Amino acid sequence: MKETQTVQNNTKNTEATERISGSEAIIKCLLAEGVDILYGYPGGAIMPVYDELYKYQDKIHHVLTRHEQGATHSAQGYARISGKVGVCMATSGPGATNLITGIADAQIDSTPMVCITGQVGSHLLGSDAFQETDIVGISTPVTKWNCQVTKASQIPEAIAKAFYIARSGRPGPVLIDVTKDAQFEEFDFKYEKCKGVRSYKPVPDTDKNTLKAAAELINNAKKPLVVWGQGVILGKAEQEFKAVIEKAGIPSAWTILGASAIPTSHPLNVGMVGMHGNYAPNVLTNECDLLIAIGMRFDDRVTGNLETYAKQAKIIHFDIDPAEIDKNVKTDVAVLGDAKASLEALLPLLNANSHIEWHQKFKDLYNIEFEKVIKNDLHPTKEGLTMGEVLKEINIQTKGNAAIVSDVGQHQMIACRYAEFNKSKSNITSGGLGTMGFALPAAIGAKMAAPDREVIMIAGDGGYQMTIQELGTIFQQKVPVKIVVLNNEFLGMVRQWQQLFFDKRYASTEMTNPDFIAIAKGYSIEAKKVTERKDLKAAVKEMIDCEGPYFLEVRVEKEGNVFPMIPTGASVSDIRLD
Amino acid sequence: MENEIKQFTVSIYTENNIGLLNRISAIFQRRHINIESLNTSPSEIEGVSRFTIVVNITESQMKKIQGQIEKQVEVIKAYFHTEEEIIYQQSCIFKMKSNLLFDERQIQNIIKESNARIVTVNRDFFVIEKSGRKEEIDLLHRELSVFGIMQFTRSGRIAVTKDEMKISTMLLALEH
Repeated sequence: MKETQTVQNNTKNTEATERISGSEAIIKCLLAEGVDILYGYPGGAIMPVYDELYKYQDKIHHVLTRHEQGATHSAQGYARISGKVGVCMATSGPGATNLITGIADAQIDSTPMVCITGQVGSHLLGSDAFQETDIVGISTPVTKWNCQVTKASQIPEAIAKAFYIARSGRPGPVLIDVTKDAQFEEFDFKYEKCKGVRSYKPVPDTDKNTLKAAAELINNAKKPLVVWGQGVILGKAEQEFKAVIEKAGIPSAWTILGASAIPTSHPLNVGMVGMHGNYAPNVLTNECDLLIAIGMRFDDRVTGNLETYAKQAKIIHFDIDPAEIDKNVKTDVAVLGDAKASLEALLPLLNANSHIEWHQKFKDLYNIEFEKVIKNDLHPTKEGLTMGEVLKEINIQTKGNAAIVSDVGQHQMIACRYAEFNKSKSNITSGGLGTMGFALPAAIGAKMAAPDREVIMIAGDGGYQMTIQELGTIFQQKVPVKIVVLNNEFLGMVRQWQQLFFDKRYASTEMTNPDFIAIAKGYSIEAKKVTERKDLKAAVKEMIDCEGPYFLEVRVEKEGNVFPMIPTGASVSDIRLD
Repeated sequence: MENEIKQFTVSIYTENNIGLLNRISAIFQRRHINIESLNTSPSEIEGVSRFTIVVNITESQMKKIQGQIEKQVEVIKAYFHTEEEIIYQQSCIFKMKSNLLFDERQIQNIIKESNARIVTVNRDFFVIEKSGRKEEIDLLHRELSVFGIMQFTRSGRIAVTKDEMKISTMLLALEH
């Protein structure tokens, strides 16, 4: 603890300095920012920092992933479940470029992440040196901010700024590229946390008049609908949000990243919007008289065809990012600012309401969806396991207390539709970028950030194999994540589209898979395969009871489809049930 | 009206940062918008840079792009204006063979009438400089090109607004 205290003292007393190397400064900066775990992969240009990590290994836990992409997703999983900044590290060249997918994912899903990359010595910059790549240039479009450091003395300010920018306002990934000579160079170190950047206003001011206008629209609405997104979770506004919708009695639907902000079982929770969302909120988007968007960004997977999206409704948009206002959907009232503060200020302006008849419409449409889709997904009578019944079994046995980390594809839509959540920050998935291979490394990060929580990863056989090497990380670090692979021997979502829109021409979607059980066992991970319904319950129980990591493969029906579905370019109200 | 393509002059006040040009140009490139002209320079405020970018897009596109530009951490403020709202200039330089000055006497008239000026003359070549609007520069280029131009270059547009920009007061407020 001695070193940390020194840093803390330095934070208070800006005069005190100590002469250390740039690489030691990096570690001290991370410690001062409260970093306890980082994910990464060593290499030539970052070796001085790893040498310091060796000295500081009792204070900071470096997790060696099996690929730099895994490091980014682990840092994302860590950030998403904890609300803290995820940190990852890589060497120059291929190490740095391998971070890009995870950085892009964090950018589009507003995940706070700090990436530190090594770079060739500054005298070699631009010379096409071994493992030199312009990572600052490459990462520019997918980072909230990035910079290159060529002098040790620039390190403390760069890292302080990086953490401040990553976590403030609308969060996002930042990257700092540190040349090798800056890592070796000694300088007089002192650390001060960043308190602000002149040109950057993380939270815009909330105009009280917009709140009044919003309240008036809400109070006068007959058929209001709330669609909330991750902004409620990122803004730690779950309680304020719940109070608002409860007082005004508004049916509320969520985007994929908004899931779990309020419990699934909450009576005002009417399900997911969007392409594979629930029937009622999608259809009634085009019937409501007021749409209240809170911390969401009207993604095309949410809105379907914008020309026919909620045209009859007035639109209120709460967001922290001014660039989101009117980007996709023209708003009548835009409330800028932090979700927590805005919703808190909105609450006293609202009249108590219940909208009983309006709620009944949601129930009626839910019943239609239940008969046509949900019943068959969760209580199938035909042979062949469905993905839905696996989720149902997990819900029952975890009592909705697990964090579900899903990959991308059919199983993801099923997981998001059917997983039950009692607690916020429990649905961890790649929403905006749709990154296959996200789940396994993200689950590692989530479990390490929240060791007391049950973390269940759910992936398809395709996405699982994109980052399957991270089983090595689980093995080495003994991370007790539960891995569920819903195996249909297809890239299921693409196959579904081929079936529906390409006359069943299954081009390159069929998978010839290896023996997943043998692979898991190769990493000493307990493993089981379920092929019949009668064995599912016991297998899920065995998985949950297992203290270490566990791998469960469920062979599900090969050509199952996810419904409801809004075909691309169609209106939300043209959602198909079959 | 929002969907009619117009010419906008974007003025962006920024911190002086190495990567920012890349960040800003990427915002246009990603949306397949061609930058007609781009200029970076110091601004009226010490340590603050000013980008002047000319694009032909719709007003609704322009507003979204303004939002995306201002979202960049090191951008202080972005404004956009139509031609009527600004005073703007571009500059250009022509290099031509010196003998033309004596053989083609109308060149001197062209220079005089277009308010251009001769920067330098030596035995082999002379250099003409002209500042003005793009159309004036285009006209001069057309008039001179019949005599043969050895080299020609035109700068990006620079512009000031007719109305006040409250950037200095805004910056002062930010400092405190």
